[in-house]
Amino acid sequence: MNQRSNNFDFHSHMNIIGRKNIFLGISAVFIAAAVLAIAVLGFRQGIDFAGGTLWQFSIAKNTPSADSLESFFSASGGKSVENLIGATVSYDEANNNFIARLPTVSEPAHQELADALKEKYPSLEEASFQSIGPSVSSGLRKNAITAIIFVILGISLYVAFAFRKVYQPVSSWVYGLITLLTLFHDVVIPAGLLALLGHYARIEIDSNFVVALLVVMGFSVHDTIVVFDRIRENLLLDRGKSVFAELVNRSINQTMARSINTSLTLIFVLLAIYFVGPASLHYFVLTLLVGVTTGVYSSIFVASPLLVLWHNRKK
Amino acid sequence: MKKNPLFVLFLIVLVAIIAAFFVYPKNFGANVMPWRLGLDLIGGSHLVYNVDLSKVSGSDQDSVLNGLRDVIERRVNLFGVSEPQVFVAKSGNDSNLVVELAGIKDTAQAIQQIGETPLLDFREVEQNSSTSSLQDGTSTEFVQTNLTGRYITSAQLTFNPNTQAPQVSISFNDEGGKIFEMMTEKNVGKPLAIFLDGSLVEMPTVQEKISGGQAVITGRFTLNDAKTLVERFNAGALPAPITLISQQTISPTLGSDSLKKAIIAGITGTLIVMLFMLAYYRFFGIFAVVALLLYVFLTLGVFKIIPITLSLAGLAGFILTIGMAVDANILIFERIKEELKKGFSRTSAIEEGFRRAWPSIRDSNTSTIITAIILYFFTSSFVQGFALTLLIGVLVSMFSAITTTRLLLKVFVKDEPKV
Repeated sequence: MNQRSNNFDFHSHMNIIGRKNIFLGISAVFIAAAVLAIAVLGFRQGIDFAGGTLWQFSIAKNTPSADSLESFFSASGGKSVENLIGATVSYDEANNNFIARLPTVSEPAHQELADALKEKYPSLEEASFQSIGPSVSSGLRKNAITAIIFVILGISLYVAFAFRKVYQPVSSWVYGLITLLTLFHDVVIPAGLLALLGHYARIEIDSNFVVALLVVMGFSVHDTIVVFDRIRENLLLDRGKSVFAELVNRSINQTMARSINTSLTLIFVLLAIYFVGPASLHYFVLTLLVGVTTGVYSSIFVASPLLVLWHNRKK
Repeated sequence: MKKNPLFVLFLIVLVAIIAAFFVYPKNFGANVMPWRLGLDLIGGSHLVYNVDLSKVSGSDQDSVLNGLRDVIERRVNLFGVSEPQVFVAKSGNDSNLVVELAGIKDTAQAIQQIGETPLLDFREVEQNSSTSSLQDGTSTEFVQTNLTGRYITSAQLTFNPNTQAPQVSISFNDEGGKIFEMMTEKNVGKPLAIFLDGSLVEMPTVQEKISGGQAVITGRFTLNDAKTLVERFNAGALPAPITLISQQTISPTLGSDSLKKAIIAGITGTLIVMLFMLAYYRFFGIFAVVALLLYVFLTLGVFKIIPITLSLAGLAGFILTIGMAVDANILIFERIKEELKKGFSRTSAIEEGFRRAWPSIRDSNTSTIITAIILYFFTSSFVQGFALTLLIGVLVSMFSAITTTRLLLKVFVKDEPKV
């Protein structure tokens, strides 16, 4: 590709546009891996979306292995207990909690299972019990899809509004398109990670996952708009004196500190929740963390290089 | 801002200090108004029932749902949980009833009692064979009528004057009385079946048309059976059958553990952000730290005064906004730095920095506001809590950025004397 940009004078700035192919290449690799993970492995859907039961309990004394509990559930059957084949149990060592993932279990069946378990392990304490029927989960799934559609719509309208004026030398719809491409970039990478975790660590996606992705979308767009705004501001001041690529590089450097710092403060609080916060927020926060980090990278190393790429290609 | 900045700043700080005492969960704050916490933080049960409205005509559905809600509310009030929530949630063609019992100890029993509420209905009897004996049910057909427990206004324990056996007297409302009158008129000389929870209780033969909306269920009750039945009828019979389709129960231990960890995470996050601002922006960082403290107390105050029921997701949303609240400061400080480089004096750099940073502050929050609003309107309760705290947090942070930080800088930053 075009290497002309290497010859520009970038003062003491970081030469991002000059190395754009490296940065875009890194992104391309991650995107390809994420898309592949999602397409091949798919997501492991939580009880929110697929229906089923999530049962969390602790056994303080004579703690059994997760496997033995798994076979207990699979073998159980009684008056009100239906077939529990496919039950999985995982053990969270940090909180000394067992998490059993079962098909939908009715309340009488829950009581029967709890009684049977308590007989075997008297120190059993139930921490939480969630059972979601198929009609509720299909409603939640529908809600999630509606929310995704409306957020994408709302954000696209906002992007169209933000770039409503005509700019030279790159027309405004290109800014908008690249903003949405960057948004896709920032969402696909954490989503791909969750697909991988679903396959290798049985991590499930739930409503929180969708919320995290939507929040990432919001952040991604504003990070990109900040850089593009500065490019447009500089274009107005500059009146065609500088070469486009150089002007873009200058704009990135001018906004870099604020782009990184605003995201960094968010990353700090996310890390705090991840490490000392409650376990149930773990993967919600992880999705956000990866998304926000990807967002910083893309606003600096992806969005503007794409803009320059577009500009150079026309010539 | 034309008013004296020192005075306005003093006012904001004063409000924030009052808010700090107000939101503190002990002493003054707890006495004036305790925090409302979600089920996931204090423990409790979130139950979703599906309401079977297939036997209710379209125009009656709303009144049946409201009646059902009232009945279950009365039953739930007997459990002694504080502020139980019962509400109807429609999704598509399905009508659901959501019951939230905060801090309930025995969920299993609560579920049993909610479900146990008697479902009463009267059925007409069509007998095909000539035998009319009660046991000979094979040739008997029961035809469902629209006279159900939803028309019952009250029930009483009475005794049969002849046998002294306990029996249950029920009164219908006007509408139910009329239906009962018509039904008895139509069936004089024929038996009428009374079903409780889908099983036949008794099948008395109608002697004559009964007006006035009174009926007696004789059954073969023991005294205790009759008593509980009366209690349940007075709490209300279910006007439509319900089935539990989803439940979420969180133990108080797990809830308080989540709350504790979320608070620790919030404080840790705030401290790291403050340290970062001080380390990176030095002198200006002090203003960011003060502004962030004011932000935290003001926002918590807003949450409490609305009042918002704070769930774990809501707390997570609030902690996120702590990381976002300083964004405005960063935008302003970076702009001020640029203006200072251009050779502006400190005060005019601040003025210029604010003026030019404001569009970015507004724009950078717009997309988050869009996301939060959509999440609030298109999702269910747990996500809504997150969306609401995120939205309020972002709005308060925009306010605090253009007022608090600006006032702080105005009051405390003076031009250095020219050398």
